[in-house]
Amino acid sequence: MGMPITIEVVDPRVKEIDIASIFDYFASVDRMFSTYKKESEISRFNAGEITKKELSTDVRQILQLADDTKKESNGYFNIVHNGKTDPSGIVKGWAIYNAAGLLKEHGFQNFYVDAGGDIQVSGKNEEGQSWKVGIKNPFKQDEIVKVVRLDNKGIATSGLYIRGNHIYNPHKPDEQISGIASFTVIGPTVYDADRFATAAFAMSEKGIQFIEKLPGYDGYMIDTDGIATMTSRFERFVIENAEN
Amino acid sequence: MKKITVTAVVIVAFVLYAIFYQKSSSTAPVATGEGNDGAGTTNATVTSSKVQTNYKNGAYTGSAANAYYGTIQVKAVIQNGKISDVQFLQYPNDQEESIQVNQAAMPTLKQEAIQSQKADVDVVSGATQTSLAFRESLASALSQAK
Repeated sequence: MGMPITIEVVDPRVKEIDIASIFDYFASVDRMFSTYKKESEISRFNAGEITKKELSTDVRQILQLADDTKKESNGYFNIVHNGKTDPSGIVKGWAIYNAAGLLKEHGFQNFYVDAGGDIQVSGKNEEGQSWKVGIKNPFKQDEIVKVVRLDNKGIATSGLYIRGNHIYNPHKPDEQISGIASFTVIGPTVYDADRFATAAFAMSEKGIQFIEKLPGYDGYMIDTDGIATMTSRFERFVIENAEN
Repeated sequence: MKKITVTAVVIVAFVLYAIFYQKSSSTAPVATGEGNDGAGTTNATVTSSKVQTNYKNGAYTGSAANAYYGTIQVKAVIQNGKISDVQFLQYPNDQEESIQVNQAAMPTLKQEAIQSQKADVDVVSGATQTSLAFRESLASALSQAK
């Protein structure tokens, strides 16, 4: 997966060791699911060294969840390509959600867990308000284009972060590729937001209608012309005049 | 209120960083530094020093990489030992599959031009998935250019 992980806990009794245990959890997930590590369970499965029956409960659960998501997204979400299973597209959201669950088990209520821009928020931020989450500009890494207030929700973005003028179709070199640059989904958990953001991005322009029809989810889709389309209930999260 | 923020940057996006570094001044991904913690995996066999200097001139086609919703494949063009261009040979929008959404029943959804926001935020949501596939295909192209 290869990504920065940030955990912020604002409950007063938090200690470094609480946070460290969560990073240990992410490391253990990586050891199990990394397709780049030969000794990982998923690599050994792909190499035929272990059978489906020999897989651990966690890996079996992920394969089942990926299968469910494939059905729920009309086949758009598929972790098997060329006979190899690469579940990292679903493991990330699952691992973030589980990490948030571990923090709750330790009695923490106000925190977020962010892995590579997919985030589970819980409770309130340092100011005692809902967490303020920016949506990144897909054309400029250091810029945000929308700010939403969230508590006890997951948010995930799927997309293309390559600058517009470096992307083109070799068959039509004068035309920029048109399509979707990024797709952000807000859902009940980061696990759900992540898998449906991936599926919706795959659906291109139709993805926003897919999210619109999904109860409990909202989306913000940015196309390669810099035009955003949002679900009808998305604006309830948005902070207007965000510079204030 | 006590606050502890811990950030572990797991794996360096060597290749992508090198591209952005050469092509632009400000849009490099934030993934720098090293750490052993966290969910990090990548085919980080390409080091930044190799990216900077050691390539042979020519055009190299990378392997097709899975981006979960389609395939990404890039061609890297090397001039004067450096990456001068990256072209997309396959791109997820080529996907021809259809989705069962009844067009007539679709509500009209609000649209807006995106605008930069200056607000301070707690955390930022952004994508990584496609860039990973991009990186994988590009690393494969660059391995041929050595």
